[in-house]
Amino acid sequence: MSEVKIYARPVSWMPDVSSHYCPGCGHGIAHRLVCESIDELGIQNDTIGVASVGCSAMIYDYIDIDYCEAPHGRAPAVATGLKTVRPDKIVFTYQGDGDLASIGMGEIVHAANRGQNITVVFINNAIYGMTGGQMAPTTLLGQKATTCPLGRDEKVNGYPIRVSEMLATLPAPGYIARVSVAQPKYTIKAKAAIKKAFQNQIDGKGFSLVEVLSSCPTNWGMRPVESFDWLISTMMPYYPLGTFKDFD
Amino acid sequence: MPKGRVEIHEKYCKSCGLCVAVCPTKVLRISEKTNTKGYRPVEQFKEGCIGCALCAVTCPDAAIEVFKTEE
Repeated sequence: MSEVKIYARPVSWMPDVSSHYCPGCGHGIAHRLVCESIDELGIQNDTIGVASVGCSAMIYDYIDIDYCEAPHGRAPAVATGLKTVRPDKIVFTYQGDGDLASIGMGEIVHAANRGQNITVVFINNAIYGMTGGQMAPTTLLGQKATTCPLGRDEKVNGYPIRVSEMLATLPAPGYIARVSVAQPKYTIKAKAAIKKAFQNQIDGKGFSLVEVLSSCPTNWGMRPVESFDWLISTMMPYYPLGTFKDFD
Repeated sequence: MPKGRVEIHEKYCKSCGLCVAVCPTKVLRISEKTNTKGYRPVEQFKEGCIGCALCAVTCPDAAIEVFKTEE
């Protein structure tokens, strides 16, 4: 009889640091998946992260790698620059939906269209978290936010954007997948997708994007467990999980 | 049944309860204690952990470490 540790805190997670995220926030889970991928691929000393603007702006305090902070939405442009001057490094961006899908839509489309050899982790929680729950491009129809208190109306605000499907129509990007962290069964698949996105870059295959459906209990006005139930019942039907494009 | 044990780093726990909801054997609960952040950390309150690590997979704060006893 011997006792073995089967699940440990990731090595690349900053020691003795507690995140500023609200209880039950999906960012923590996504951060941990990135940490685990970096640990398993052994690229902690060769990875440069590009932090975006939003709740995840402080990612540099939590993952123990090198960082560059980008202006709002410009993370793919900054990552392009980093990868161009240091092609030996692994460069990834970590962006929320307010960052990637609204102000940064131009950058992400062109980075994808060039097939830049970078990895993008895109967190979709259907709302602006840091600034106080405003409507995001990904907010669902009928979903209430502080800037659409009666619910999103397609006649006024347009339809929620399915970023993964849209980028998958381009010829250049290689790997585009949508995953979720709503339940452990989805989280395990999410981990595999994020790890694959990093592996693609190591292999020099080109642009990889993983869209992670996540929760925002505070701005959705729910308890954490309820928010994950809502994510499964309401968000996942509109944003179906799956791999939309793959190199193979 | 395999035997497991969880170790919860109380200083990181934010009492979100996601691990309590996913635990298949329901051995976790939110405790009466208070940690330095003011949250009530989760604790394992009875035997029966099977070491599946679903709690650790779902923890947003990487506060849970899982051990398993092998025969």
